Amino acid sequence: MKKVDDVISFLNSYIYYIGAFGLILIGLYIILVKRNLIKVIVGLGILDTGVNLFLISIGYITKGTAPIFSRPGLDSEHMVDPVPQALVLTAIVIGVAVLALALSLAIRLYQHYGTLNLRKIREQKW
Amino acid sequence: MRKIVSIILLGIVASGISLSLAKIPFGVPKTKVGTHYINEGIKETGATNIVTSVVVSYRGFDTLGEVTVLFIAAIGLGAVLTASGREKMRKTEPASLVLYTGCRLLLPLILIFGIYVFIHGHLTPGGGFQGGAIIASGFLLIYLGCRERRINQKASKLIESLGGLAFVVIGLLGLVFGEYFLFNFLPKGTPNTLFSAGIIPVIYIAVGFKVGSELAGIIDNLIEES
Amino acid sequence: MIFIVSFLVVLMLVGAAAASVFKDLISAVIAAALVSLVATILFYFLQAPDVAMAEAAIGAALTAAIFIIAIRRTKRYEE
Repeated sequence: MKKVDDVISFLNSYIYYIGAFGLILIGLYIILVKRNLIKVIVGLGILDTGVNLFLISIGYITKGTAPIFSRPGLDSEHMVDPVPQALVLTAIVIGVAVLALALSLAIRLYQHYGTLNLRKIREQKW
Repeated sequence: MRKIVSIILLGIVASGISLSLAKIPFGVPKTKVGTHYINEGIKETGATNIVTSVVVSYRGFDTLGEVTVLFIAAIGLGAVLTASGREKMRKTEPASLVLYTGCRLLLPLILIFGIYVFIHGHLTPGGGFQGGAIIASGFLLIYLGCRERRINQKASKLIESLGGLAFVVIGLLGLVFGEYFLFNFLPKGTPNTLFSAGIIPVIYIAVGFKVGSELAGIIDNLIEES
Repeated sequence: MIFIVSFLVVLMLVGAAAASVFKDLISAVIAAALVSLVATILFYFLQAPDVAMAEAAIGAALTAAIFIIAIRRTKRYEE
């Protein structure tokens, strides 16, 4: 039974870090290895989501609540850190703007070269 | 060859990240500036949603930078895609009557919900960016359901520019009436009511309209078939 | 409680791996939208309701929509 308790306590402390770390690795793998341009952009989006999840999981305090004073005189002792949430709010919107611009460039590339395979585009000179 | 080098690189990155992640404790308070914002937030800004007061009042200049980045992305997308050649017009069949009527019935409700979310940004979870995204998804429903309608491009560009201009003008008014850019010069009122927190609801209304019309304009530029 | 979170994290990682393997690009986009949806639920568990609302509206709905519109103007299957 001690092994099960060990596993549960390890999971309790690190499960969110494992999730964010896994997403960052899979996103990097898609960007480095895959050949289709739109799949590379999908990988960029997954990498973005992983980094945002990591930033929010750093600001978490155990047994804390959301930083909103919905009733006056709420206990302000155990509130979660509000600064990473403000940063991630900005990062999500900038992520979608970058994806939209990248997709417009992909559409232009397809109209010019006729293919979206990165190997074939690199071989052509014009 | 390329795959082997990529996997070796991924292994190095993975070991580096996991070694540093093991040293960060989870669930322990790490900074002191967060507790200062929580304890002094209502007194200094008047907003009960602490995340809103951090985004608009304490770090308002970063929000101005983000609104600029969104504007540049929308302009870049418009510039890249209007110079493209004509594509062949795809035949789309008209939508059925139930879909058409349902989408037209849902659009005002979605718009009212989006406006509610960004007007109450300083009291409940929400704010300008979330409300703007909800408004843009309402317009996306019109593009999917009623196939032949398009939004008025001149009106959307006008609302977008006016929203951005209102943000900068409010900041400059803060410079005129007080000591610094984005100074909170309206009265703070009592917390937990609608007309409180000074300039924060006014800025969020401008940002909400701007982001909503911008994302709807991005979708319109992408869908345009010749 | 911890088992629900572990199950959701495993589901998210399986969805991300599926987005990398699928050859039909629309299926890959739907798997990426699944990753965004599970990230929304995890943001709610980490006591961040503003961020969960933003990720649900922007990540799950608008990102998938602009991807599918762009795929419609180019090819659908990866070579």
